[in-house]
Amino acid sequence: MAIAEAPSVSESEVGELWEDAPGLPGFFSTVDHKRIGMRYIYTCFFFFFVAGLMALVMRAQLATPNAKVLGPQLYNELFTMHGVTMIFLFNTPVLAGFGNYLIPLQIGTRDMAFPRLNAFSYWVFLLGGIFMYSSFLFGMPDGGWFGYVPLVSKTFSPGLNIDFWGLGIVFTGLSTTVGSINFIVTIFKLRAPGMSLNRMPIFVWSMLVFSFMAIFAVPAVTLATGLNELDRLFGTAFFVPALGGSVLLYQHLFWFWGHPEVYILFVPATGMISQIVPTFSGRPLSGYLWVAGSLVTVGFISFGVWVHHMFATGMPPVAMAFFSGVSLIITLPSGVQFFAWIATMWKGRVRLTTPMLFAIGFLLIFLLGGITGVMVAVLPFDWQVTDSYFVVAHFHYVLNGAVVFPIFGAIYYWMPKMTGRMLSEKLGKLSFWVMFVGFNITFFPMHILGFLGMPRRIYTYDNGLGWGGLNAMVSIGSAIFGLGTAITLFNWVWSRRRGEIVGDDPWDADSLEWSTTSPPPHYNFAAIPLVASRHPLWDQRPLPFAESGDEPDTSGLGIEGAIERETPVTSGIDTRPEGNLEIPHETYLPFVLALGIAVLFVGLLVQAIVVGVAGVALAVMATLWWAWRTEEDLPPPEIEPHAPVGKAHPDTAHTAVTADAAAAPGEVTE
Amino acid sequence: MLNGRAGEANRVAGVWWLMFAMATVVYVVVAAFIVIAVVRGRKKKRSEGAASAGGDSGPKDDTFIWFGGIIAPVLILGVLAVVTVNTTEVLRKPQQNELLIQVTGKRWWWDIRYPADKVTTADEIHIPVGRPIDIELTSDNVIHSFWVPQLAGKVDTIPGQVNHLRLKAIDPGTYRGECAEYCGIEHAHMSFTVIADTPVDFDRWMTRRRGIAGLAPTSDEMAQGQLVFTREACAGCHTVKGTQATGTVGPDLSDFGSRRSIASLTVANTSANLSRWIADPESIKPGNLMPPTALSDADRAAVVAYLEGLK
Repeated sequence: MAIAEAPSVSESEVGELWEDAPGLPGFFSTVDHKRIGMRYIYTCFFFFFVAGLMALVMRAQLATPNAKVLGPQLYNELFTMHGVTMIFLFNTPVLAGFGNYLIPLQIGTRDMAFPRLNAFSYWVFLLGGIFMYSSFLFGMPDGGWFGYVPLVSKTFSPGLNIDFWGLGIVFTGLSTTVGSINFIVTIFKLRAPGMSLNRMPIFVWSMLVFSFMAIFAVPAVTLATGLNELDRLFGTAFFVPALGGSVLLYQHLFWFWGHPEVYILFVPATGMISQIVPTFSGRPLSGYLWVAGSLVTVGFISFGVWVHHMFATGMPPVAMAFFSGVSLIITLPSGVQFFAWIATMWKGRVRLTTPMLFAIGFLLIFLLGGITGVMVAVLPFDWQVTDSYFVVAHFHYVLNGAVVFPIFGAIYYWMPKMTGRMLSEKLGKLSFWVMFVGFNITFFPMHILGFLGMPRRIYTYDNGLGWGGLNAMVSIGSAIFGLGTAITLFNWVWSRRRGEIVGDDPWDADSLEWSTTSPPPHYNFAAIPLVASRHPLWDQRPLPFAESGDEPDTSGLGIEGAIERETPVTSGIDTRPEGNLEIPHETYLPFVLALGIAVLFVGLLVQAIVVGVAGVALAVMATLWWAWRTEEDLPPPEIEPHAPVGKAHPDTAHTAVTADAAAAPGEVTE
Repeated sequence: MLNGRAGEANRVAGVWWLMFAMATVVYVVVAAFIVIAVVRGRKKKRSEGAASAGGDSGPKDDTFIWFGGIIAPVLILGVLAVVTVNTTEVLRKPQQNELLIQVTGKRWWWDIRYPADKVTTADEIHIPVGRPIDIELTSDNVIHSFWVPQLAGKVDTIPGQVNHLRLKAIDPGTYRGECAEYCGIEHAHMSFTVIADTPVDFDRWMTRRRGIAGLAPTSDEMAQGQLVFTREACAGCHTVKGTQATGTVGPDLSDFGSRRSIASLTVANTSANLSRWIADPESIKPGNLMPPTALSDADRAAVVAYLEGLK
């Protein structure tokens, strides 16, 4: 294929075809992966701060013995919703949001493989979140985020509370599954020519593993909560022991999803770290193949550890010893990644920017969370600490320290790309230090509380137990941690208007998202970059871009592709151009379909057949329309190119690679 | 938990101290690596950083990964795997001459039975020091978990399933237990006490329990209390051995006067607390399943005297 240097087009040439309608119509109909990605991130952070406030209220109750801030019912609702929100409405979808925004940019394509499905998965997630939170008006779920049967059966929890939870999980699971399919197809079929699998950025690898894991794990939790809803709504007896059902079956199904889920969250977080650490060490990641291999290995092994959540259920020792062993083994891939990061820093030149501080904070926190993770894998020790505050400490070190810290680092790292403005480094560093100190004051003493015999999920405790002092400390720490996150929130809002305007590549990074403008144009790349290295922006200076060929296989590579709203499709392994994917136009159909499903779930919730049927009808109509209208949705473009192909527009002239980043080193692969 | 008073808890505490020592070394060493890597990297000149692609000195990238990520962890995990299998093997193995105690998790209290002696009580478990105990755990409602940190690890009580927890107390004493599995609104107030007695004390206690069925009220007020207790709603849910009160919904109250607490360690067992508990249980343990019982002041005082006298 032909190679062009520094191609560009002016907005006016292609803008019309890519621009969303202004205002609300555009808001509900956009299929742009960047808008959807940002939307995911904004929505998730809304839920993050709600869940954080819930935690602070709970900590106010637990700060002193026998406190009366909350009654038991409200406390139980809050800890349930805190967990549900953090897992289902923050951690999982925010990673999907970053994936949405970054994957097409990192692999050098113009959108996701299924842009409308992408919009659909966001709407399902949003409506699922609204569905669950509407329970605020009626009584929130109070069975724990894990909702063990028979506590959440109709007999012991007759109210609607549990149905909001059970149906909400089935609902949001749909979003994760659909999103994952989209990621997999995008990663396998839309990579820029030359980006073979062993040149993909690690974050892309991590989202690939995320997606495969989600596809195999989510059905289990859908089944668990779905069968329970059948028990509740239609009187079946899957989990009713008196009628021959099994309550442990529920736990097996739930944790068959639940433990992979921990890694579903953790893997992309490490993917973010593997982007941030090399950039700020000024050298390639050590042991790229080790790290990519570790991610895939974790993906497999994580499906063999679920029983370690059930060590106290009285299973036979031999079975438990097996899962204990596998739970020890899963440490190895993480250890490999850990030392790959250390080696990268050791041999590089570290710049302590805010994203890097969050990455180093992550290392120090995750190290402890990983060590306590090994401890709880040791069967007899787990019998003592499971369901105690020791475990609360452990999993917050992992899920908060080792997932939320990378996500904050990612916000600071990619915000310049997303908005074109830097976040304030001063506020960022302040935010990091406040969060880091607050985090450790909050969660470290919980280990000791576990040793002192404090069980999880209690809304109060007696004076004479000796737990008061440490609990007060934990509560103070949580307020400090909350303050640290609020500083970043403020920083975002402030920098959105006042932040320093940045160029394409403010960090001297290596991956393709930094080769386009900040923020990127609707079509991401006027012409598709040609990749010949694992670190294109370090090794390929200037970065070459493709020109369209005459064959249908290659016609979308150059700016003709951008003009015709196409993106090239390439073969899965060696990325040979194979044709073009027409990117659909904005449409309400994903929103309508998601709405139809939401109506169906409301019908199930209130047991109103009419409502349910209306929802199904709406969903079926939207689906048929979706399938029917494909041709009409994609009218042949009528816009003629004004400028000769390949000629740079003076205003948006795009000098591709960071030629000034002379110090940026890089290994030349192959 | 680390202050163990039984074989199992002590073994686990031993495992903990071993792991703690290893963990401390690992944390310090790895954290030192992180700090040194950052500081080292900071000091380098810009030009030096650029040379790092291949020609620099020091250990190779793969060396870090092989030693830190593979060899060291495999050694550590190997030790832990052996410890795990050994310890698991020793604990929870059936022993000779076990005392069987049946414990059922209720909402939100514990039903305790000694089947060999046909004795039933609640929230307080007496065990003899030095004798192996087999605690049989089940539930007829939701899942709970039986945990006495100073004696042993926890085992769930699961409806439709019987689990066993084996332990042997070393020292006489009173040990607090908790429900460790979230079980609904009053999960926080589902504690219990294990009292490890010397064998002599235990036999005395058991003999007394066996004889309790023949207990007659020792005062007029107690007699009046017994009358009210069996006449009013109380008897529908509670059992007092040797009387017409044979309800099984709430705890067996045959030896209530000897217990230390009301409502599973929620408040101390005093006449004033008991009186308040009968009149308005909600004010003591919100969400609990005992309905308030409307009695005249005199009747309530009689019931309190009666129950407190059952010891």
